[in-house]
Amino acid sequence: MEHALDITLTVNGTVVLQRVEPREHLIDFLRERLGLTGSHVGCEHGVCGACTVRVDGKIVRGCLMLAVQANGCRVETVEGLSDSKELARLQKAFHDRNALQCGFCTPGMLLAAQDLVSRRKQCSREEIREHISGNYCRCTGYQAIVDAIEEAMHG
Amino acid sequence: MKAPDFAYARPASLDEALELIARPGAKVLAGGQSLIPSLNMRLSSPELLVDIGALRELQGISFRNGFLTIGAFTTHAELEQSKEVQKHVPLLAQAVPHVAHPAIRNRGTIGGSLALADPAAEYPAVVVALQAVLKLKSRSSERSVEAARFFKGLFEADLRPGELLTAVEFPAAKPSDKSVFLELTRRHGDYAIVGLAAHNDRFVFLGVADRPTPVEAGSSLETAKSNLSRNLKPSADLYHSAAAKLHLAGVLLERAWNTLSTSR
Repeated sequence: MEHALDITLTVNGTVVLQRVEPREHLIDFLRERLGLTGSHVGCEHGVCGACTVRVDGKIVRGCLMLAVQANGCRVETVEGLSDSKELARLQKAFHDRNALQCGFCTPGMLLAAQDLVSRRKQCSREEIREHISGNYCRCTGYQAIVDAIEEAMHG
Repeated sequence: MKAPDFAYARPASLDEALELIARPGAKVLAGGQSLIPSLNMRLSSPELLVDIGALRELQGISFRNGFLTIGAFTTHAELEQSKEVQKHVPLLAQAVPHVAHPAIRNRGTIGGSLALADPAAEYPAVVVALQAVLKLKSRSSERSVEAARFFKGLFEADLRPGELLTAVEFPAAKPSDKSVFLELTRRHGDYAIVGLAAHNDRFVFLGVADRPTPVEAGSSLETAKSNLSRNLKPSADLYHSAAAKLHLAGVLLERAWNTLSTSR
């Protein structure tokens, strides 16, 4: 059985070919091998949401997916989505509304929020809270984050 | 923490997968939303992970002869979006949004959740309340197990070595059926303090014992409540005493009873 595998995936539009150990999870792969340190490693067991990235258009926990499972997939991180300006509106709203202090949760929070904003549906504050319930913020108390998401959604 | 070393295989056919799963030290990797944390925390150290994600025959939802069959590798998000699930298994449709958070629902699967047999999980109580049937397959055998007999204890299911849960078969809801799913949590998507899957007169609690726990409802709310306090012996968790859990189970029972009787 294989203890090292070649994988090919697209990360932020660039094709990447690497040999990985199965034990390496996606978030370490992105951070350590590709230097994409925008997505953070928090709890490493799926609770905090700091490692949220997008795989084939869907948000996932980067610590709960192995890099080998991303073989053949299209991965997008906060770096790619910032460069493409997809997050611009949300980023401005986070800035305007003081929706971050230390910023550790922000990349994951932006990806979770964009998942909701991109549906172009008007949501209540309660629905916004529900959608980001899997993303911990230890600074803001969430109020300002919900304000920012609401602004990006309605504004 | 980081996962220990293991080998990895992603079989392209079910036969190949069943061959690999039968090897000593092999473990099935479905959506990985419970297995990968347990690897990261080194609570589990398999020699080989068999990734069943490429097996088309384990995916999808189909309705035939009054039964809705859901492939084991169908994700929570797919269930959440399925019109068929909404129409034929409304109790399951109600339960799905309670499963963790959107990013986890995009990867986690119904088969993975059932095979794990976590007593705090939603689906085990749902399949017991609906009298669903679980389909199991190994290299040499194939069998069906009634949901009520599948859960044997804490993280313990009736899965023999080399067996794979391939699908779950739900009887489609009849127009006269009524069901409701309720759960109390500290934060949306967290493990339930206590939850209840109710279908007609079957009330099945989750998060109160080592497996889904049915409570005889009887003909009146009073009977149901007295059955509950007599037969349910919840164990305390880090935050809630046994008495608090029993009280909350009673609250859910009453809410479910009222919902079911007013929607009649």
